[in-house]
Amino acid sequence: MPFELGGETFTSRLILGTGGAANLHVLEQAIRASGTELVTLALRRVGTAPGSTGGLLELLDRCGVRLLPNTAGCHTATEAVKVARLARDAFDTDWVKLEVIGDERTLLPDGVELLRAAEELVSDGFTVLPYTSDDPVLARRLADVGCAAVMPAGSPIGSGLGIGNPHHIRLIRQGVDVPVILDAGIGTASDAALAMELGCDGVLLASAVTRAADPVAMATAMRYAVEAGRLAAGAGRIARRFHALASTPDEGRPEL
Amino acid sequence: MELTVNGAGRSVAVGASVADLVRDIVAEPRGVAVAVNGEVVPRTGWPARALRDGDRVEVLTAAQGG
Repeated sequence: MPFELGGETFTSRLILGTGGAANLHVLEQAIRASGTELVTLALRRVGTAPGSTGGLLELLDRCGVRLLPNTAGCHTATEAVKVARLARDAFDTDWVKLEVIGDERTLLPDGVELLRAAEELVSDGFTVLPYTSDDPVLARRLADVGCAAVMPAGSPIGSGLGIGNPHHIRLIRQGVDVPVILDAGIGTASDAALAMELGCDGVLLASAVTRAADPVAMATAMRYAVEAGRLAAGAGRIARRFHALASTPDEGRPEL
Repeated sequence: MELTVNGAGRSVAVGASVADLVRDIVAEPRGVAVAVNGEVVPRTGWPARALRDGDRVEVLTAAQGG
């Protein structure tokens, strides 16, 4: 089933971040292997950060993906709103992955500033996809102010710790009527599959692919993991049992 | 006149606009955004926006990010 996000339809439910890739060649191969149709990028001073010396936009054009600019590194609503407006001017898109960081060590979001920025950007016509914590109440508040999705962290950005509180991810899925995208903390394919099994509509990851020893192989793994998790979520898993239940019938067993 | 561009000092001709500065810094203005003294200057406003001595200018572009 296609994935509806911000009024657009996607086939892939995997959103890939471009941060952390060793070079643009590997990044392009990973994007293609992942099957993603939506890719994040950042705004930085010309000629400084990786990718800012040219070639990144051309690469993303060649891959035919839609752009999702982020506000990474912003610590206040004021700053994040300005970066979103700069990104809109630079990339001709009103989509934004809204990040407002509240803590340097964990890079977890500042919920107060995040909600404030989301409200302002929604009223300015942006399609706001906020990176949030796994707090079901904050997620609902973000959906209430008009965000096009909510994107809870499984665990801190780049940590690879997976989904720390699966129950909260389920509660978030139940509590909002916009897409839920698990964003941050994914380490390997099973984490992405679990996110989808918990009911998430999509997964956003960067480091798990770009910093893997073999980014292209991991991108392929993530593509299948998201599909497998989605299929399993809809397939009605068996109940957990304390003891075994034989699948081979007892009837007709020979007497030997 | 003296500006601060992306955190470093830079001299430009008196009367230079944001569009002139961007042309000096990047070959291709696609994917570029500019803020002057912390305020966004939209692309359509670059030619008309004159720079003043002491302005702090940020010239930004696409970079890898998650």
